[in-house]
Amino acid sequence: MSEQKDIFILAIESSCDETAAAVVKNGREVLSNVISSQIELHKLYGGVVPEIASRKHIEKINQVIEEALSDAKMTLDDIDAIGVTYGPGLVGALLVGVAEAKAIAYAKNLPLVGVHHIEGHILANFIENKELEPPFICLVVSGGHTHLVCVKDYGTYEIIGRTRDDAAGEAFDKVARAIGLGYPGGPKIENLSKEGNPEAIAFPRAKIEGFQYDFSFSGVKSAVLNYINGCQMKGETYVEADIAASFQKAVIDVLAGNAMHAVKEYGLNKFAIAGGVASNGTLREAMREACEENGIEFYHPSPIFCTDNAAMIGVAAYYEYLSGTRHGWDLNAVPNLKLGER
Amino acid sequence: MRILALDSSGLVATVAVVEDEQTIAEYTVNYKKTHSQTLLPMLDEIVKMTELDLNTIDAIATSGGPGSFTGLRIGAATAKGLGMALGKPLIHIPTVDALAYNLFGTSRLICPIMDARRNQVYTGIYRFETTFWTVEGQMAVGIDELVEKLNVKGEPVVFLGDAVPVQRAYLEEFLKVDHIFAPAHMNRQRAAAVGTLGVSYYKKGLTETAAEHRPDYLRLSQAERERAEREKAAKGC
Repeated sequence: MSEQKDIFILAIESSCDETAAAVVKNGREVLSNVISSQIELHKLYGGVVPEIASRKHIEKINQVIEEALSDAKMTLDDIDAIGVTYGPGLVGALLVGVAEAKAIAYAKNLPLVGVHHIEGHILANFIENKELEPPFICLVVSGGHTHLVCVKDYGTYEIIGRTRDDAAGEAFDKVARAIGLGYPGGPKIENLSKEGNPEAIAFPRAKIEGFQYDFSFSGVKSAVLNYINGCQMKGETYVEADIAASFQKAVIDVLAGNAMHAVKEYGLNKFAIAGGVASNGTLREAMREACEENGIEFYHPSPIFCTDNAAMIGVAAYYEYLSGTRHGWDLNAVPNLKLGER
Repeated sequence: MRILALDSSGLVATVAVVEDEQTIAEYTVNYKKTHSQTLLPMLDEIVKMTELDLNTIDAIATSGGPGSFTGLRIGAATAKGLGMALGKPLIHIPTVDALAYNLFGTSRLICPIMDARRNQVYTGIYRFETTFWTVEGQMAVGIDELVEKLNVKGEPVVFLGDAVPVQRAYLEEFLKVDHIFAPAHMNRQRAAAVGTLGVSYYKKGLTETAAEHRPDYLRLSQAERERAEREKAAKGC
């Protein structure tokens, strides 16, 4: 067997409120993973403010990239290609990473590979699971996305289910606000849930007629708000921890139910989770149990590779690079880029 | 000395290479396409046309604001990426200064106006005597406030910039001083002007690192403004 040359990708991610850069070797080995989070800044506003996010990206991006290179003990001369998230996301935020990546690639005469943010999340599973190969089913859950995806091959994705309204993470944020926990909702609901009874309140599990893999989370969110209002009207007290735990359980039941159904229907035996909400420990445990019951291999990234990061973009860029994807100097940010679009 | 200059602060995208006393190339487009799609291909065209080795430039001058927030960041990220990859310093040229510099040698006051919406303009007041003087540095003000300043000064003035079509009727009605409007070849951002100012900044050592560079928006984001107003209101009661 002939020795293959190692491929080093410098990846850049700025689609929302993390400025991130990473160096990834041969698509599976993360040599550096630098993330500059803006979350403390956005907490003042109860959510991500796009203009503030964009301003922070431009202030931090060079330092973040330089740190990623120095952590990997490399310079741009050692890099084989530049990968960058070009959608979906906040357009002003995306544009910072895209313009920066293009300029670096242009000046160093390197190939430019644009990457879909959600494909990055899915492929984050490759980092710590070297044996994982398509096909498999992946559930992507984050503040902006809830997708059930069949990864048929490298670069070939079929969306088999999606949310009809709120993303799962968005529902966590809204419920957290309603019970006075603040932003970001996910980790706060998870922590409070540990003190609550998940069976205390029967919140609805939405099914969508005719679309067995789709999700809806606005119903359960409204049910939580109605429950709180009802208690207040009647002058009754309510236990926030029970609300959090029962809400979280309702969301997880639907996610796990649809996911297991899909894995079986598609005749596969591998299932992965991805996205910011996939760092929720209760969700991971529930998915592990469901997979065990059904004899399915379960994969998940470490929390640091679940939330937004550039290592996952480096992984996705590597497989795109191998398949010959090269973007031009006119690459634009595409805020509503569809999964699997080429 | 060789300066690469960029300006994507407004509707115009413009790229130039300026060497000491002459402009080697300038590519200026005032068309609806987004700067993200045009700026780097324009640079690439100049590089090919003039057989430019980017490693031979001394610095990258960029129009640092004010202007369209997103446009400024496209220019800034492009300059920062080029600066990092080439190991070259950046030169931050105030957008309105570079606009005014288009009208070199006029005896009138020079008043660039850029549309900042809601009847606001990004503007400044400049004059040439033996050299280029800033009378009032770049600022974001209401058009009414600018007209009042110019009326007080009482000197002839020449206007340019993308707010001219928007504010022309207002200016005609309320200005009490003699005024003219610059013609098409010099009334918008030109990277050659950014580059020419870049040469003099570079000679004075006024450079920054690519990592240091950030746009000067002259304005807070809407969310920050509203938050400041809320806090002010809360303190008031």
